[in-house]
Amino acid sequence: MAIQVREVDKHFGEFQALDDVSIEVADGALTALLGPSGSGKSTLLRIIAGLETPDSGHVVIDEEDVTSSPARERGIGFVFQHYAPFKHMTVHDNVGFGLSVRKRPKREISDRVGELLALVRLDGLADRYPSQLSGGQQQRMALARALAVQPQVLLLDEPFGALDAQVRAELREWLRRLHDEIHVTTIFVTHDQEEAMEVAEQIVVMNHGRIEQAGTPRELYEAPANEFVMSFIGPVNRLGDAFLRPHDIQLLSDSEGEGEEALVERVVHLGFEVRVELKLGDGRELWAQVTRETAQQLELVEGQILTLRLPQPRVFAQTS
Amino acid sequence: MSSSATATLPVGIEEGGGVARGLPRGKPNSTIGSSRGGRLAMRTIALGYLAILLGAPLVMIFYRTFEHGLAPVWDAVTAPNALHAMSLSLEIVLIVVPLNTIFGIGAAIMLERGRMPGKTLFGLLIDMPFAISPVVVGLALVLVYGRAGWFGDELAAQGINIIFSIPGMVMATALVTLPFVVRETVPVLRELGTDSEQAAETLGASPWQTFWRVTLPGIRWGVGYGVVLTTARALGEFGAVSIVSGRITGQTQTLPLYVQDRFENFDTTGAYTAAVMLALLALFTLLAMNLLARRANKKGGH
Repeated sequence: MAIQVREVDKHFGEFQALDDVSIEVADGALTALLGPSGSGKSTLLRIIAGLETPDSGHVVIDEEDVTSSPARERGIGFVFQHYAPFKHMTVHDNVGFGLSVRKRPKREISDRVGELLALVRLDGLADRYPSQLSGGQQQRMALARALAVQPQVLLLDEPFGALDAQVRAELREWLRRLHDEIHVTTIFVTHDQEEAMEVAEQIVVMNHGRIEQAGTPRELYEAPANEFVMSFIGPVNRLGDAFLRPHDIQLLSDSEGEGEEALVERVVHLGFEVRVELKLGDGRELWAQVTRETAQQLELVEGQILTLRLPQPRVFAQTS
Repeated sequence: MSSSATATLPVGIEEGGGVARGLPRGKPNSTIGSSRGGRLAMRTIALGYLAILLGAPLVMIFYRTFEHGLAPVWDAVTAPNALHAMSLSLEIVLIVVPLNTIFGIGAAIMLERGRMPGKTLFGLLIDMPFAISPVVVGLALVLVYGRAGWFGDELAAQGINIIFSIPGMVMATALVTLPFVVRETVPVLRELGTDSEQAAETLGASPWQTFWRVTLPGIRWGVGYGVVLTTARALGEFGAVSIVSGRITGQTQTLPLYVQDRFENFDTTGAYTAAVMLALLALFTLLAMNLLARRANKKGGH
């Protein structure tokens, strides 16, 4: 179902968490709310869910203004960063909770729970308690629990934030595939730009309670609206007012002619990628990202003098 | 407690805190109780303290009670006034404990989740019975509800007696035991957090369903512990009840009041027997608590 948020303001005491925020999410889309901590992204998600009330503005789900409806009437599924399991219930009862409060027959609940546990690959763990599951398993259980009531909208608040890197990567990939399968309108909150780029079809970048830019991952990367988006969405070098992506810097061995000279200060091998820290003639520092192959061809070592070919840097109008 | 628990504790403190290492005079081993001798000394002191305060008097009471065999004890237990005192004590417990449990859970939720102004004052008020002597509590109740009190007269005109009867005793006991359930429930409520309640809400549960199916099971061990403490304290309450009851033998005498009555009348067997009955009831309550705690640790219920 399509979601619109219109001109929402939210204060917590003196702190302005959201400042005139409006977003549109198309039916069936997979959207990321991306921003640093304190940017208001979780608050926005919780307002869409009905777990917080906005000071002013509206939330519309499927053409219906739900601003004053309680969370339980919005037809949403919500997944929390720390899973929020019902610790005193088995996995089966956790997943079946939403159906059980709707007083569905036991038989129907069991069947549905069985299907969902298969979907999240937790078959056979129905009788366990949450404390007997790993973090990744608990989060998959929480997801099955949210999906059990067939929500129109699935909202996830930093769903993989508490998991270690490998499980995280696995679950991202899996969420992406799950979405392809069930096509439920999904919004997830993250502070990890890589996660947002990898999973989402649309990204909304937030900062200080405002929306900086919304667009596809590619649009954000190729045409960032301002310096915040440019520096948040990927690595960046800053030379005065100009911004450069490290992988746009071309390194040439010094005999090859024109360009700016630079001293190699440090070479960091990160597998396929090699980071080269450089110092320009006038003392300014920057780093370049090259492939292992290029590094080998240039025989990169510390203390070496190279020629740089810099792309057209991006300059943003100063925002107040 | 088992000896392994006492033995491992100082080691844990040392590793975790690093306090000992940070001190200038410090070999890490200098923490009190980490050396063999130190540990032995600490254990002796702790056990000795317990023996002097608790062990010896308890043993003496049991010894004195059964000194002349079972027959006098049986007579003392089945004396009508003893039986009445016991049933009255239990009756008061059965009224006070549910009342304070319901109030305690409600107050804990207000204190921990509510956003009302004056919350600190409310918390302070709830703790008052801990600070005030029960005798003062009793006197205050007499001043308000007694014949010469604020509206004792009007109540008496309606045929309602609060002081020198069961309602007053229930009130006194309830007041003295007020803080237990609240104070045991607040920390578990905090630990439970609001995430799981919000999860229940998003899954379609009404506030009432959320309370019964998520909040209450989440805090049950804290509430249970509070209930046990309330029970034990209500059974043993003497000071406040002594003042509001008027101590009418066979009518407003609870078990602790009966013990004192027998003692003052030189009926030592009666006093000791009633004391043993009280001690056994308390022991039973504490045992129930331990069983609860053990189940709490075993189950996935956290």
